[in-house]
Amino acid sequence: MNAGTLSVARAIARRDLLVEWRSRVVTNQVIPFAVLVMVMFAFALDSDAVLERVAPGLVWLATIFSVLFLTARSFAVETADGALDAMRSAGVNPMAIYLGKAVAVAVQLLVLDIALVVAAVVLYRADVSLGGGVLLVTTILVATTGLASVATLYGGLAAGTKGRETLLPLLLLPVVAPVLIGATRATESAFGTNGIEVSEGWPWLGLLAVFAVLFSVVGAVAFGPLVDE
Amino acid sequence: MDDLGFIVASYAVTLVAVGLFAWSVVRRSRRLAEQVPPEDRPWT
Amino acid sequence: MTASTATRGRPDRVTGTPFTRALGIATLVGIVWLTWFGLFVTPADVNQGESVRIMYAHVPGAWLAYLAFIVTAVSSAAYLWRRTRSLTWDRIAGASAEIGVLFMGISLVTGSLWGRLTWGTFWTWDARLTTTAFLFVTYVGYLAVRNLGGTHHQRARRSAVLALLAVLEIPLVHFSVELWNSLHQEASVAGNTDVTMDGLMLFTLFLGVIVFTLMYVWLLLHRQRALALQDLVDDTGLDLAIAARRAEVG
Repeated sequence: MNAGTLSVARAIARRDLLVEWRSRVVTNQVIPFAVLVMVMFAFALDSDAVLERVAPGLVWLATIFSVLFLTARSFAVETADGALDAMRSAGVNPMAIYLGKAVAVAVQLLVLDIALVVAAVVLYRADVSLGGGVLLVTTILVATTGLASVATLYGGLAAGTKGRETLLPLLLLPVVAPVLIGATRATESAFGTNGIEVSEGWPWLGLLAVFAVLFSVVGAVAFGPLVDE
Repeated sequence: MDDLGFIVASYAVTLVAVGLFAWSVVRRSRRLAEQVPPEDRPWT
Repeated sequence: MTASTATRGRPDRVTGTPFTRALGIATLVGIVWLTWFGLFVTPADVNQGESVRIMYAHVPGAWLAYLAFIVTAVSSAAYLWRRTRSLTWDRIAGASAEIGVLFMGISLVTGSLWGRLTWGTFWTWDARLTTTAFLFVTYVGYLAVRNLGGTHHQRARRSAVLALLAVLEIPLVHFSVELWNSLHQEASVAGNTDVTMDGLMLFTLFLGVIVFTLMYVWLLLHRQRALALQDLVDDTGLDLAIAARRAEVG
């Protein structure tokens, strides 16, 4: 991977984020959706005690459901004008496309996660101490990287012709199980749910980090062959 | 469903599922073969 | 279109060969033998009672499913490696995955029935069971991707990459679920499926593995050839379409 690839990736990331900045789809549609999901969990679970206990899990469930939309959106932007095919025919390194799009998705996911944590604090009365706050921020950063990496990989495959979009949940949700498990446990520690200590959360970061590194590398390599048409 | 029912059901599910799959494979092959002459089948 | 005389009345005339015919007969004999032994001849277990009989179908099914997915992974790698690239590997990968999903589905159902009889629950969240369910869903997704269209080689490459990704994900998920379960004490109690088997029971289990292996090979050969036929027909269809188009224009 050379400097050329990185600068192309940066250009693609910038373009994706610019598209989002101008259209505000994430801020006006996806984040409201995610917060709405959090509200509906409250309706369904119907108990403050239960909500406070499961708040960490709900945050990450809502995140993972929202990733489906973020990813679909990220690639819809390409396929609408055949941009992905145009880039490939122009000889753009698929690794650059992957990195650029994954970074853009990660940034949007980060914003989303912050909104969801705020929602959890407000709606479910979650509580974050200082030590917990450090753990929480780290968890969000690492989990987001992992999710964005794997979502962009499968998102590329599920993009394109009609009938493929429904493939994304089927492919993606099983794969992100480790992130759901790890992020939820770490967040439980950060919130102090059920009396769990902050220190118990840090080992789960290890799992999240392995996932993030693994899928960033694998994604960069596998994106080209997987998505090539 | 009692014990014996579960046990028999397990065997039945197994055999029926495998049997159905085998039947569908063979049936599809027959239909496809009508369009492909025998010389093109490398296993014969 | 009427059936050609060569195929009428004899189902395995198409993808069958003398070998598969012999294999099929051996498999049928094995199935009868296994069922007879499993349901009648073998004794009940000291701990599990009669429900152990389900094991003779459940355990071999699970093992062969794992084998099938390994074959898919290896065939996928063989396709991706330039020197051995051939669509036959792709078709073997696809056929094996289908059989793997079939056997895994059967295994999950029979395992669930057994669990109900032995533990009183249809399901537990222990690592092995959860990973099995995960495997099942993953390969259902793999099969869906195989049907996305495009050229045979596009299909082959996509699927091959996906199969190798699955190989990567499975240990990760298994490990994550194990870590998760270590937080809950119940897992260690419910997870014990060990059975002390006497000679006859062990033999029947062994027989089950052989019978399922025969089934797997028979199904794989036939399904792989059916896929080859499908690809041939697709190619012929494409040739005809191109020729027709040329005739129109020229």
